[in-house]
Amino acid sequence: MEIDSISSGSPASPSPLGAQPMQLNGCRSFRSMLGSPDISLANNAYWGIPSRRWDANAWKRQSSSAEQLPVLMSLFGGEMSLLRSPLQPPSPGFSFDLTERNAVLGRLLEGSPPPRPVKTGTTISGMVFRDGVVLGADTRATSGDVVADKMCAKIHRISANMYCCGAGTAADTQKTTDLLASNLALFSLNSQRAPRVLMAASILQDTLYRYGGQIGAHLILGGVDYSGAHLYTVGPYGSVDKLPFVSMGSGSMAALGILEDRYKPNMEVEEAKVLVRDSVQAGIMGDLGSGSNVDLCVITAQAVDYIRPYQESQYTNGRNRKYKYPPGTTALLSEKVVPLRMELVTEAVQRMETH
Amino acid sequence: MWGILFYSVPVTGFCPHGSYGVQDTLRSGFSSVKNEILPSHPLELSEKNFQVNQEKMNFATVRNIQGLHAPLKLQMEYRAARQIQRLPFLQSSNLALDTLRNSDESIGFEDILNDPYQSELMGEPHMMTEYQLGLL
Repeated sequence: MEIDSISSGSPASPSPLGAQPMQLNGCRSFRSMLGSPDISLANNAYWGIPSRRWDANAWKRQSSSAEQLPVLMSLFGGEMSLLRSPLQPPSPGFSFDLTERNAVLGRLLEGSPPPRPVKTGTTISGMVFRDGVVLGADTRATSGDVVADKMCAKIHRISANMYCCGAGTAADTQKTTDLLASNLALFSLNSQRAPRVLMAASILQDTLYRYGGQIGAHLILGGVDYSGAHLYTVGPYGSVDKLPFVSMGSGSMAALGILEDRYKPNMEVEEAKVLVRDSVQAGIMGDLGSGSNVDLCVITAQAVDYIRPYQESQYTNGRNRKYKYPPGTTALLSEKVVPLRMELVTEAVQRMETH
Repeated sequence: MWGILFYSVPVTGFCPHGSYGVQDTLRSGFSSVKNEILPSHPLELSEKNFQVNQEKMNFATVRNIQGLHAPLKLQMEYRAARQIQRLPFLQSSNLALDTLRNSDESIGFEDILNDPYQSELMGEPHMMTEYQLGLL
């Protein structure tokens, strides 16, 4: 049997045009690569693949055999099969099945707004000092106008020498940084090397660019590797900037003012910590989406100092009372006990194999 | 005309799947004509074709640098690896294919979300096998 008639098709792209999906794919990619039908034919023959001319007649012949299946995409040459569950296993990764349903429901239920994701509404900032990098963040997470989390952790560990602050949609920042950390760990296990900060920034850039800004992660990545201390900022659309100091989030304008005013290259560690704390504090005071505590993370070539919290909020109310009530606080008005009688119907013993 | 159609990314066909081509609301949810023709999310098309487009780009680059033999040999290996599959309704590990693509050393959303091994739905075995063999 020839290679094509027993080809099974990858899970991602079975063609509805019958038992030759791979050949069709192969032809298309050859042609798109080579751009000339003659060369593709010659090479197909060379490699022992039965050559198929990709011409208008072949296209029509194949689409007629597919008429038994109501498939709209046969009009487009059958590159990717797009049929739903009965004939195709679910493809891994993001599934867009529910976007239609949401659109339909949105039209049906006009007036009630959709639920909003938890955003961090943040002030995060970072700067490079003489021996390394200092990252700072506030700890408030908001969902619309409500504070969803007062002690949110926004500085995520990427590796022993790299940490990343995340602003934007909380789930997106957490998942993106988790994936980055896992990929870097795999890389360092495979290659026996510590990853560079530049590699982390590139991975982030590739991931976020692929999703075209739909993943709302505004990140500040800082770390120390063999080539020194580096600070990168990665935007949700995949833009990367390498800067000596940076701030992101809704409070970034306030924080940036402080940083612009007092930043000097090669500062000492205590001065740098105070400056970053001041910048985050400016965001906390000036922006409604930022608040609560200030977390700091100081990364040097020798050690990482994750200080959580560096400064606690001055505005927390302590609990004034105890809210546990002793038994008997609520008056019992009446009591009725109904015993539940159950009778034994059958009894069976089943031996278990315990080897 | 051919060039345009050939290089364009095909629109995903969302034709209804019930009997007689009528939408089976119980199985496939709500339907609308617009959603059957146009993608409902900006990323839908690009995500569907991402793997394919990446490979095309890489093969084209390799062809420009190393010559025609390189992508031809690589594609032969891909074709061979793609044939190592279980029956259509069972999940295949695609180990050889993953190794070729280097996706066995990285984690992405396709490893976390919508894991086929955790899928609650199973395709109808006879129908899927027949479809795979072109007998449907």
